[in-house]
Amino acid sequence: MDTETAVHDPIRLIIKRQEGPDAKPRWEEFSVAYQPHMNVVSALMEIRKNPVNAQGKPTTPVVWESVCLEEVCGACTMIINGTPRQACSALIDDLKQPIRLEPLTKFPLVRDLKVDRTLLFDALKKTHAWIDIDGPFDLGPGPRMSAHTQSWAYELSRCMTCGCCFEACPNTGHANKFVGPAAISQVRLFNAHPTGKLNKQERLRSIMGADGITSCGNAQNCVRVCPKDIPLTTSIAQMNRDTTVQSIRNVFGSDA
Amino acid sequence: MGKGSIAVVGGGLAGLMATLKIVEAGLSVDLFSLVPFKRSHSACAQGGINAALNTKGEGDSVEEHFDDTIYGGDFLANQPQVRAMCEAAPKIVNMFDRMGVMFNRTPEGLLDLRRFGGTQKRRTAFAGATTGQQLLYALDEQARALEVEGKVRTYVGWEFVSTIIHNGVCCGITAQDLSSMEIRAFPADAVIVATGGCGAVFGKSTNSTINTGYAAARCYQQGALYANGEFIQIHPTAIPGFDKNRLMSESARGEGGRVWTYKDGKPWYFLEERYPAYGNLVPRDIATREIFDVCVNQHLGINGENVVYLDVSHIPASVLNAKLEGILDIYQKFVGDDPRKVPMRVAPSVHYSMGGLWVGLDQQTSIPGLFAAGECDYTQHGANRLGANSLLSAVFAGMTAGPNAAAYAKGLPEGQNIPQSVYEKAAAKDESDYQGILQLDGTENAYRLHQEMGELMTKNVTVVRNNADLAETLVKLEEIDERLSRIGVQDKATWSNANVPFVRQLHGMVDLAKVITKGALERNESRGSHFKPEFPDRNDEEWLKTTIARYDAASHSPVLSYEEVDTSLITPRKRDYTKAH
Repeated sequence: MDTETAVHDPIRLIIKRQEGPDAKPRWEEFSVAYQPHMNVVSALMEIRKNPVNAQGKPTTPVVWESVCLEEVCGACTMIINGTPRQACSALIDDLKQPIRLEPLTKFPLVRDLKVDRTLLFDALKKTHAWIDIDGPFDLGPGPRMSAHTQSWAYELSRCMTCGCCFEACPNTGHANKFVGPAAISQVRLFNAHPTGKLNKQERLRSIMGADGITSCGNAQNCVRVCPKDIPLTTSIAQMNRDTTVQSIRNVFGSDA
Repeated sequence: MGKGSIAVVGGGLAGLMATLKIVEAGLSVDLFSLVPFKRSHSACAQGGINAALNTKGEGDSVEEHFDDTIYGGDFLANQPQVRAMCEAAPKIVNMFDRMGVMFNRTPEGLLDLRRFGGTQKRRTAFAGATTGQQLLYALDEQARALEVEGKVRTYVGWEFVSTIIHNGVCCGITAQDLSSMEIRAFPADAVIVATGGCGAVFGKSTNSTINTGYAAARCYQQGALYANGEFIQIHPTAIPGFDKNRLMSESARGEGGRVWTYKDGKPWYFLEERYPAYGNLVPRDIATREIFDVCVNQHLGINGENVVYLDVSHIPASVLNAKLEGILDIYQKFVGDDPRKVPMRVAPSVHYSMGGLWVGLDQQTSIPGLFAAGECDYTQHGANRLGANSLLSAVFAGMTAGPNAAAYAKGLPEGQNIPQSVYEKAAAKDESDYQGILQLDGTENAYRLHQEMGELMTKNVTVVRNNADLAETLVKLEEIDERLSRIGVQDKATWSNANVPFVRQLHGMVDLAKVITKGALERNESRGSHFKPEFPDRNDEEWLKTTIARYDAASHSPVLSYEEVDTSLITPRKRDYTKAH
């Protein structure tokens, strides 16, 4: 495999470019010399070392976000050949060419492939996605937890707030106000924690409005695009049950 | 007391921890971060966090953690603050437990612990193999709660540009909004820089793209002292990549992973053979040099390449999935092979900077009012960092810097008024520098120049260092410095321009490269990560001292001096990992 690189065809990319939020989008084509084990990020890095498009015309380096390059930070999420995913773990050898790169569509565009995903973090504020502690001082160990609870809750805790599920969901973005699958799964995570449980109702109430869990149309797109295989639909189903119980309690004024 | 707010630069573990402690002390925080906090480089730490919890019936203790850390660091760290860190460690882990971190558990629901390098005890608490991510998220969540309460103002997507210094005292920062490109001055009673390491100085490393070291470099250019820059940790096991080298955590070996290559047609477990007491869990500097020796000197790398095997395929898949899933997924996703079935191919890579901004016991730099915390400071690890001590040191530094910065702010004289013109001038200077870079029209491409510098540094200033190469590297760094003025900025946009900040960062990287290289050239001994075949032994008589670099603006070069190391608690002794110490 490694010995074939000398004769390998260059990588072809078609990238959606946009100077700013109000600028008109255009497609620009690039050709990048192939090297083994390249990913989409390294192709973008090659372009900025020599910002010339496939027609040989000088252009500007493409703007995109990237941080960890090992799919643990969520920064480099974009639409690659039609699918929202991280550019770092998108290996060139696995992609059909020309490779089409587009920015996520459900977030305000900043420039080229960079978008502003603040709304995902705002959703975590709204849903009270933290454990209430008295302070960051020493108070001895936390509550005991079974290895079983830890093992499934840990899976939920790996959410990078990357936006793949929000992008793929048919009920988010634009005119829709749905907080999205990730935020709902975080409610399940914090409500599973022995201390987090103490504020369970507040979190459940936060997803019982018009922008909450009832906006889920059960398309199940979220779980298919999640790069961390988080069981988002299981979380949504569980929270559906919990909010139903909570709404009955709300009616009868029971605080349990 | 001034306006009652502190500027914290950096949204990783150290910066967030400092933020929580400042709010606890009753002040408010302006928190600046290049990226949403969840995307900070702390997320990349995998294996765990050390604390002598002593819950495994092994008689672990703070004293032993302290001794392991000092010994592992080859006695270069000042000892009192290392002692304080090890003492705080169990409390820190308990705090994260209360914050809801999904640490792995024992059958009775307590925190599970595993082994790491440079110790004989199980001392490392962990959340799968994404412990840094999980700790970072916990602090991110707590900071978000404080933001909702109005006690923290966040500036995400803003880059720190300069400190503002008036009469020798730090009184704020300038920062740039990376979308609008607006540069603004932010007054502050004190400033904490918590901006991580500088892996990008070496081009490819295990670090994130944002770890350019710019902020620390800028503080250094503005007069803050930089200490022990030459001590750069090369991690023994990373996946060599085209865009970066991806870390394969030491926890793989902590859970029983074995390093080997073929010799005479048979697997050769060279670490186990040479270091019977520690085996695969020798400290990183030693494992790295052994792998280098096997590959480069003995030509025994796999298929003639400079890689060896890291093998966990003998460990049951259920154990691997519960304890190492995160890193095994990374290997499978980026390489294509399943490490549960076949050995991983790994090689050493630049990983961590033990050196950083000089700070005192209170984490204050040599500039009053300017504090540093985390990988960008130099305090805890001496000449070599032990695995799973970095998450600890980042949190401990933030926990120390926060209250000390708050106390400093509260101690400022009443009614102290810094003229508005100081802030206006600072912003105008940085704006003019920014415009200067934007106008650059030369022939050099900043990204190619960066690659060239990275390759130079990786070749000459990593595992094995020779004085002739180091001297030559310094000459070449001077040339690269000159070439910075001949950069051409292709992107002239005044909205979301990534090109211009990169050029600014590159200036900082070149300055740090000089600090690292000159420190290495001058230090004629071998200690921890710093290895010179010409001087193969540690030389306490001449070199048991901290390197201090001061920036000379006229020559753009470091002036070195040395400071005594505080060894008041443990008498230095020879490091020897062939037997238990």
